[in-house]
Amino acid sequence: MKSHIWRPLYAVVGIIALALLARVFYVPKDFGIHERGYMYGWYREGNIEDWKNVKVKYQGKNYCKDCHPDKVESIDKTPHAIIQCENCHGPAIDHPSDPPKLAIDRSRQQCLRCHFPLAYPTSSRSKIRGIDPEKHNPDIECVMCHNPHKPSLKGIK
Amino acid sequence: MINRREFLKNTVKGIAGLAVPLAAIEIINPRKLHAANSSEKSKVRWVFLVDTYKCVGCGFCVKACKNENEIPYDANVTRTWVERYVLTKEGRLFADSPKGARDGFITTKIDRGLGNFQDIKKEDIKKAFFVPKLCNQCENPPCVQVCPVGATYQTDDGVVLVDRTWCIGCGYCIMACPYGVRFFHPKYHTAEKCNFCYHRITKGMKTACVQACPFGARMIGNIKDPNDPVTKIITTERVGVLKSEYGTKPQVYYIGLDEEVR
Repeated sequence: MKSHIWRPLYAVVGIIALALLARVFYVPKDFGIHERGYMYGWYREGNIEDWKNVKVKYQGKNYCKDCHPDKVESIDKTPHAIIQCENCHGPAIDHPSDPPKLAIDRSRQQCLRCHFPLAYPTSSRSKIRGIDPEKHNPDIECVMCHNPHKPSLKGIK
Repeated sequence: MINRREFLKNTVKGIAGLAVPLAAIEIINPRKLHAANSSEKSKVRWVFLVDTYKCVGCGFCVKACKNENEIPYDANVTRTWVERYVLTKEGRLFADSPKGARDGFITTKIDRGLGNFQDIKKEDIKKAFFVPKLCNQCENPPCVQVCPVGATYQTDDGVVLVDRTWCIGCGYCIMACPYGVRFFHPKYHTAEKCNFCYHRITKGMKTACVQACPFGARMIGNIKDPNDPVTKIITTERVGVLKSEYGTKPQVYYIGLDEEVR
């Protein structure tokens, strides 16, 4: 065959060889076919560890209880016992070292998540007591009268 | 001219020669290979159970998820969200999920998009309910099949993960998911999805959304453990899954699923 056919062919073969060589160095050793086969399990295995190492932020009520048993005990006597501390107080992360203080959500919107009345017959939302936010003391925050840890006003008024 | 002895010799050689390359080119099945090499298969298969009767649409799950998984709080993307369905007596269907229900549902007005709101009177409602949504961690995940670079994959315990260092951001997986659970992470610009809080469940914790739910509407369990309360409900009670017609075998089960839910 003539050399004007061979010469570009050499170039193509050379480029392919270079790409294959680069691949050897670029693709991590743990990249390959794993448990779920070629279709679903073709990946870099080290990534599983990366995901496992993500920082846990929401620690849960028992974490809070270690230092604030009085607060947890008092709220446990009320219907609000089902609410996680961190839903209002924010994620604990490494509290008390980091962050030393948590930002509490005291907004009306926070209470209205459950206590805005929605009379939906096939949802248990309709069973929660609610208020009309436009008529029920619209200018002040709920926590001015209601203690979230002891929401009933019985014995206070 | 070939003699009898030579003919027989060549025939034997020829057959032997054909047999070797046939054995050599048999396609290796990686699954078979792995099954032969590994001593035991995974004892865990994570599944999710949602009780739509218990959900009140408070949105604490969405809030917790966004904080736990570092999804920018004000960006209009989220790994999990809650949908509100309102069916009127006239047969009209309304559904919304403002900000993915990050702040719950604190109005009777249905968000119809582009600043339009529809208020539906209490008397006109036939049924109305909330449906939390999240990644179904399908047994046949279409999002994984379409990934051209092997950046998204399924672990042996059934969770579909995304390798952020490997994702090229082509968006095929976002298009392939029939449930619309995938999106681009506003900060990393790679495909993002719910992974059942893989960093929590592998430590024996519940997912952030399960923990944050005050009403027990969300549950996570191991379907391979017959004593798991979630397994007991899925195997003995009436549960539904979303879009089973796609053949994806979704692994998020719903109690009280309505035909209107898409």
